[in-house]
Amino acid sequence: MAQRIVTVGSASGLHARPARLFVKAAAALPVTVTVTVAGKPPAKAASMLGVLALGAVQGTEVTLAADDDAAGQGQAAVDQLADLLAADLDAVAPDA
Amino acid sequence: MPESLGGIGVGVGIVVGPLVRMSGPPELPLPRPVGDRSTEVALAQDALATVAAELAARSAKASDSTGAEILDALSMMVGDPTLGEQVEDLICADTDAPHALHAAFEGYRELLTQAGGYMAERAQDLADLRDRAIAVALGLAMPGVPDPGHPFVLAATELSPADTAGLDTTRVLAIVTEAGGPTSHTAILARSLGVPCVVGCAGVMGVVDGTMVAVDAEAGVVEVGMVAERQDELRARGLAVAAELAAVRGPGRTADGHPVQLLRNIGSAADLDGAVSESFEGVGLFRTEFLFLDRTDPPSFDEQRSAYAAVLRAARGRKVVVRTLDAGADKPLPFLAMKPEPNPALGVRGLRVGRRMPDVLVEQLAALAAAAAEVDGAEVWVMAPMVATTGEAAWFAELARKEGLGTVGAMVEVPALALHARQVLAEVDFLSIGTNDLAQYTFAADRMDAALADLLDPWQPALLDLIARCAGAGQALGKPVGICGEAAADPRLAPVLVGLGVTSLSMAGPAIPLVSRSLASHSLADCQNLAQLALSATSPEAARQAAR
Repeated sequence: MAQRIVTVGSASGLHARPARLFVKAAAALPVTVTVTVAGKPPAKAASMLGVLALGAVQGTEVTLAADDDAAGQGQAAVDQLADLLAADLDAVAPDA
Repeated sequence: MPESLGGIGVGVGIVVGPLVRMSGPPELPLPRPVGDRSTEVALAQDALATVAAELAARSAKASDSTGAEILDALSMMVGDPTLGEQVEDLICADTDAPHALHAAFEGYRELLTQAGGYMAERAQDLADLRDRAIAVALGLAMPGVPDPGHPFVLAATELSPADTAGLDTTRVLAIVTEAGGPTSHTAILARSLGVPCVVGCAGVMGVVDGTMVAVDAEAGVVEVGMVAERQDELRARGLAVAAELAAVRGPGRTADGHPVQLLRNIGSAADLDGAVSESFEGVGLFRTEFLFLDRTDPPSFDEQRSAYAAVLRAARGRKVVVRTLDAGADKPLPFLAMKPEPNPALGVRGLRVGRRMPDVLVEQLAALAAAAAEVDGAEVWVMAPMVATTGEAAWFAELARKEGLGTVGAMVEVPALALHARQVLAEVDFLSIGTNDLAQYTFAADRMDAALADLLDPWQPALLDLIARCAGAGQALGKPVGICGEAAADPRLAPVLVGLGVTSLSMAGPAIPLVSRSLASHSLADCQNLAQLALSATSPEAARQAAR
C-alpha cells in the first residue's frame, strides 16, 4: 500500500479551482487513489463530488492511498497528487 | 388562427420573432418497474453524459475564464464516475433511471450541505444538475433558458435570478411570462436590459415553440400566429418606435427645463463601451465588487488603481459615483473570512465590514484617490453602502477625505438613515438612495422572496415618504440626493421622484431613453403635483393610479 499524509496548501481549500485541478490529475492516472479526511468516509481522488464532500480547507490533513505494484505506479501516483495538494493551486494561472 | 394575448407591458418596443418556451424542472413520475437493466443503465448514463457534454461545450464557448471554470467544474460533477456507479447500483436494485438519478444526486447534495460554507452553496448546483439529468432521462427539454441558436422571444411561467444570470440579450428579443407583475424579477430585469416585455400574460405557455409572435411592450399585448403582411406591419412599427427612442438626446430635464441627471449603473469600465455619447451624464453607481469576487486575497493597490482609472478614463470627465466594497455574509468573499450568519441581510455587510476590517476599505479609498489623481479632469464621488447612523457616515467621510477624496456620500438603504437624513447630510456631501434595500428593510421583506414582491413595490407610499424625507433634507441643505435602485428605471415613477426633490436618477443604460422621454413630458410643477398625489395614496396601486 502506497500512502502519504499531506496538508492542503491552497488558500481556498480543496474546492473551486484546486479541486478541479486535483480531480483532473487523478483521473489521468493509471491507478485508483483514495483520499481520506478524519471523520469522513474515503473518496476516490477522481471523483469531483467525493472530493468536494470532504470539505477540506487550507491546513486540513489528508491521507492519500493507492495499491502499489512492483513498478511503483501506486507510489508515483500518490506522490504526484500529494505534491499537487501541498501546493497553492489558487496561485496557478487559470487554464480556461 | 391568429390570436391576441393580453398582459402587463414593461418598457416599450415592438418585436416579431419565434417563441421558445423555457422548461421548468421536470416532475418526477411515479416509480415504474425496471424492465431490462442494461437498457435502464444506458438511459441513465446517457442522461449524465448528455448533461456533462452540454456543460463542457458551454464552458469551451464561454467568453470569460471564471465562467468557463465554473461550467467545467459543473460538467465534472455530473460526469463524476462514482456518481455513475451509484446510479448503476441503484438501477440494479430495481430503481428506474429517473429515480436512481434523483437518489444519487440527493445523496451528494446531503453530504455537501453537511460540509457547510462554500460546499453548502454548491448544493444548489447539484439540484440543478439533478433536474437536468432527470429531464433528459424523461425525454424532456432541459430546464433553464433555451438556446435555439437564433434570436427568439422567451416565454416562461416566471423567471428567477438564477435563470437570467448571463441571459444572452443578443438572442432574447423579448420576454413574456405567464406569472408576475410590474415589479417582478422579470419586469425589473427586462427594464434594465431594455428588452420589451409582457408579464402576467395568461396563455403564453400554451403557444407551441417556434410560433411567430409579436410582442408590443407598451400596449402589453402578444399577437400569436399573424399572417406575413401583419408581421411586416408590426416590424415596421417596431422600427419606428426604436427610431423614436434613439432620437431621445441630451441631458435629463423636465418639460420646463429643470435638470435631473440621468446616470448609469455600471460594474466595470466595459459597461461604458459605446455608452459615452453627447447624452452621457455620468455614472451614478459604480459597483466595485467585480474586483473582489472569487478571490482568496484582496486585489492589490495597483490592480485597483488601474481598474478605477480605466472607469474614470472611460467616463471622460463626467461624474462617477463609486460605491466602496459591498460585501458581507450575503455576498461572501474568501479573504474576509466572514463567519456564516443566521440572518446575513441583517448582519455584518457593507460599511459594517469596513468598520471591522478598515485595512481593505482604506486601501480601496487610497487606490481610488490615486486613480483620480492619475486621470485628467476626473470627477470622483465616493459613497459607502449600508450606513445606519450619522456616526458611521461621519467616520467614513473622515476616512475618505483623509485619503484626498473630496466628495463623499452615504447610501440610504437603512430606514434609520432616511429618518436622520438631515443630520447625515450635515456630515456628508450627498445621499444616494438604494431603493431595493431600503424597501427590504422598511417593509421587513426579504428582497429575494418573490412571494413578498408586493411589499417591495417601489410605489409603496411609505417608501416614497422616506425618499421625500431624504430629498427634502437635501433641498434644505443644498446637497444632491439621488436614486440608484430599481425605482430609478421606472419611467412612470421618475416624475414622482423628481417631484419629491430627487436630483439624479441612476439606472442600467438601456432604461435611460424611456425615463428621459417621460421626464421631458412633465413640467416640474406637474412632477410635484404627481408626487403629492402618490404620497397621499394608501397603496402602491392607488399611487400608480393617482400619478397617471
